[in-house]
Amino acid sequence: MLEFDWGVIWKYREALWDGMLTSLQLFAIALAGGIFFGTLLALARLAPWKLVSVPAAGFVNLIRSIPFIMAIFWFYFLTPMIVSKFTGQQGEAVGPFTSAVVAFIMVESAYYSEIVRAGIQSIPRGQPAAAYALGLNYWQSMGQVVLPQAFRNMLPVMLTQAVILFQDTSLVYVVALKDFLGAASKAGQLTGRIVELYIFVAVVFFILCFLASHAVKRLQARLAVGR
Amino acid sequence: MPMIELRNVSKWYGSFQVLDDCTTRVGKGEVVVVCGPSGSGKSTLIKAVNGLEPFQKGEILVNGVSVGDPKTNLPKLRAHIGMVFQNFELFPHMSITRNLTLGQVKVLGRSQEEAEAKGLKLLDRVGLLSQKDKFPGQLSGGQQQRVAIARALSMDPIAMLFDEPTSALDPEMINEVLDVMVELAREGMTMMVVTHEMGFARKVAHRVVFMDNGQIVEDCTKDEFFGSVRSERAQTFLSKILHH
Ligand SMILES: Nc1ncnc2c1ncn2[C@@H]1O[C@H](COP(=O)(O)OP(=O)(O)OP(=O)(O)O)[C@@H](O)[C@H]1O
Ligand SMILES: [Mg+2]
Repeated sequence: MLEFDWGVIWKYREALWDGMLTSLQLFAIALAGGIFFGTLLALARLAPWKLVSVPAAGFVNLIRSIPFIMAIFWFYFLTPMIVSKFTGQQGEAVGPFTSAVVAFIMVESAYYSEIVRAGIQSIPRGQPAAAYALGLNYWQSMGQVVLPQAFRNMLPVMLTQAVILFQDTSLVYVVALKDFLGAASKAGQLTGRIVELYIFVAVVFFILCFLASHAVKRLQARLAVGR
Repeated sequence: MPMIELRNVSKWYGSFQVLDDCTTRVGKGEVVVVCGPSGSGKSTLIKAVNGLEPFQKGEILVNGVSVGDPKTNLPKLRAHIGMVFQNFELFPHMSITRNLTLGQVKVLGRSQEEAEAKGLKLLDRVGLLSQKDKFPGQLSGGQQQRVAIARALSMDPIAMLFDEPTSALDPEMINEVLDVMVELAREGMTMMVVTHEMGFARKVAHRVVFMDNGQIVEDCTKDEFFGSVRSERAQTFLSKILHH
């Protein structure tokens, strides 16, 4: 019964490639945004002022306690509603890609903020003290002394999180965004060769994530030596 | 006007009082050694001087500037007070040269060349010029502490604070650091030094401050301190550290 026709993959290579580009684009934006805003969130959580740290902690805990897929849904259906409420106009205000990007950045920044917070806390307090003693201000002390060391310590965990993020990009199928998995599904439905296409998707994901995990391990070994 | 002046400084962690009405002063060119048992508040006191530890009561003046005043530009004030820590606190991700130039460039606004020239001159002075391209982790503890002293000096400080600069060092490295400090003292640097190295105190200190339970119990000249220590607590402390 099982007769594979791998030719469909070649036939739909362009659609698949476009899907992969969408996935990679979403991944790259979410990663950069997540690390950037995650760092700001971590700094906010560690700030000595409750007015700053409590809302930041609230946001992080809220995001972390809802399923990722729900956040994506929310932004897709809620954002247009909110936008139309404020502008008085009807219709879809943001497309699936934009709403997915917003959802991914928010969720990833919550996850990355926890990683960055742990990284900052791993730096002995004497380091910022020495920076301040030289006359550096808060931002200089963070930017020159604390964060570079913290990021170095965090690199393996951050890469591991990036691998998870890349896998999570496939969740955007719920908002009908044509990512790599979405493109494969579509091709599968059109040709009835869904098994081949899903196997192909799985293999590609496996290879990419395996290579990344391997890189993390090597990096960890190198950082351990450089200590 | 004294270079450093503490007036009735008190500090609490919750209900626990770390500093209890501390008053003392360090004149220009004076070397004051601060000693006392562990947990007596020496580090807290010396860190209060450059605003690294906030305090709730009293006043600290450095060169006439109030440290506790919210209007005081602390980074600017700290830029001219050198501080040397027990654990060196060189920046491990930067080369020795970069450690020496960071503050000069970022805080004093010196050019990279100027900062490097100054930093390397001081590195040479502490006998470590050949290590300029290494990283802190590649140096011994004594060498790291000498670099830390050079780093503080590169900012042209008006006073230097030392918090147990030799207590994390192996015995054979203590002297190489003390030698640098003695030389500095003899050149007339204003110094406030938390240390248990009584040999150093005898050699260069003008005054000795003895702390216990957050209080300044003794504040007298070196000769008075080593001659006829008045408080029993100071005597017990001295006999303990001199006999181990
Ligand atoms: N962040 C803090 N919270 C609460 N208590 C603290 C804190 N930091 C220091 N202490 C307490 O304050 C007291 C004074 O500490 P400090 O470090 O100034 O002592 P020290 O004289 O420098 O001791 P040592 O010789 O061990 O360095 C100690 O009892 C310490 O436990
Ligand atoms: Mg101490």
